[in-house]
Amino acid sequence: MGKVVLLLGDDISTDIIYPGRFMATVLPSETPQFAFADSVEFNKQLKAGEIPPGSVIVAGKNFGCGSSREQAASCLKGPDLVVVARHFARIFLQNSINLGMRTVICPDIEAEQGDELEIGADKVTNKTSGKSYAIVALPKSRQAIIDAGGLIPYTRQRILQEKK
Amino acid sequence: MGEKTKAMTMVEKILAKATGQAAVSAGDVLEPKIDLAMSHENGALVLNQFLEIYKGTGLDANVWDPSKIAIIFDHRVPAESAKTATNQKKLRDFVNKQGIVKFHDIRGDEGGICHQILPENGYVRPGAVVVGTDSHTTSHGALGAFAFGIGATEMASVWALGIALNIEVPGTIKVVVNGKFAPHVLPKDLILYLIGQLSAEGANFKVIEFHGETIRNMPTSGRLTICNMSVEAGATSGIVPPDAETLRYLKETAHVTEAVPTFGPDADAVYERTIEIDAAALDPQIACPHTVDNVKPVQEVAGKAIHQIVIGSCTNGRLDDIEIAAKVLQGKRVARGVRMLVFPASSRIYQEAMKLGYLSTLMEAGVVVMNSGCGPCLGIHQGALADGDVALATTNRNFKGRMGNPAAEVYLCSPAVAAASAVTGVITDPRKGG
Repeated sequence: MGKVVLLLGDDISTDIIYPGRFMATVLPSETPQFAFADSVEFNKQLKAGEIPPGSVIVAGKNFGCGSSREQAASCLKGPDLVVVARHFARIFLQNSINLGMRTVICPDIEAEQGDELEIGADKVTNKTSGKSYAIVALPKSRQAIIDAGGLIPYTRQRILQEKK
Repeated sequence: MGEKTKAMTMVEKILAKATGQAAVSAGDVLEPKIDLAMSHENGALVLNQFLEIYKGTGLDANVWDPSKIAIIFDHRVPAESAKTATNQKKLRDFVNKQGIVKFHDIRGDEGGICHQILPENGYVRPGAVVVGTDSHTTSHGALGAFAFGIGATEMASVWALGIALNIEVPGTIKVVVNGKFAPHVLPKDLILYLIGQLSAEGANFKVIEFHGETIRNMPTSGRLTICNMSVEAGATSGIVPPDAETLRYLKETAHVTEAVPTFGPDADAVYERTIEIDAAALDPQIACPHTVDNVKPVQEVAGKAIHQIVIGSCTNGRLDDIEIAAKVLQGKRVARGVRMLVFPASSRIYQEAMKLGYLSTLMEAGVVVMNSGCGPCLGIHQGALADGDVALATTNRNFKGRMGNPAAEVYLCSPAVAAASAVTGVITDPRKGG
């Protein structure tokens, strides 16, 4: 169960998630401080540790459009935020899966700020409104990476297999 | 239909070859061999993730093939901070240790923006599979490659294995463009119009394949512009089937001497949809804040006051773009109250523009000519906007905060619109003069 801590519209770009002026910071351990830096109130709460792990960002279509900057995924993965969006832009979706972050494609999702969401295997239930919404499976091509816990462990397995 | 006679799109043909198969279809999951893997300063993160992969394996962290990796410094050049300089230094050391030769450091002879450096040095060939840790890697489809942006961890995996893991063959949207552009209408107007039609997500997970006489007659510089911005409709890649113009560019500009293959899609290849555009009917276009698909004919926003003009970037910083600006500004002045920045896409283009006198023409008009780089386009190095500023740029994105300030606005246009507007200080239809 996670509370909706940020409610967003369509076409949220990586410039909004992780503004370009912080791109000199690259390490996943350092990027969370700049997550949604221009959404000042949210960023302040995040930095103050007021947003519990497992909290949910709900967004519309094409979440993460724009740049390939992986900081946009790592800054959300660090504080263990879950993104439930109507759908995602390609590179952001791949980056988030590669980092082992939780992304949920839910084309009909409806929620308000503060609602409690339960994310199951095939549906998201909005406990506050009592309604459920179907989840679209992540691309089958990425399943092996998801199963391995991300692309770093997956690639490591592949390298070790090749050496055998 | 037998496997070997299956009709294929451009991307299907390229991925079939890259996986050693007779045929592949949209939706197949493949692991194509990579011909070129490009990173810029974010190579610092790639390096971090690359070393992470090898942690605990007992193996040395060496790249699969140093001849197929390119590292181009362009995002923050010369370094704007000690942090960037240190990241660049780490990469420089890595490049030396691994023997990576396609390395373009901060230099006035061979430096520049990655999406200009790769084509002008002949690193991209028709039929190649190119990945880059930059979303505008789509640019290289202009030379008939399948080129797409990936994240840093995905690149680290490519550095280790030389393949892209678990790629799903994308479906293709065919765009057919016929007719001759009216005066002052440019390839930038075509791609802005198309993005407006498709929307910012209309080509998400798809390839856009460009056809028609307008494309055949378009120089490679224009093809780079349209493939570059295909990602703004969400496309995995834009691609132009290689032709005589591709061969001309590779020979004359990129100085490629060996034979280069040309090929096209099969006549009966299967497309998800086909869009036809009459180039002759296009007005100059403008993308209004704060999304790239908020596109209008320029006359609808003419008269809007502007504070900064930027001509440059991987989208429109090439010699013909600078030439257009110089011709408009010859003997004229940039309007008072407007700051105009021009940053050529590469040192080579900078030098050519200098030899042709374009740069002195621009400077005499009041333009600030900057070194090649990406900085102002994404608000990370020079050219930041003030609260309430309106910028007019030939770059590729106008997202809120893009030029360093969420309280400013960015409009996107062609170099013809930008130059005409420089003279008047307001957004100006180039057909009405500046």
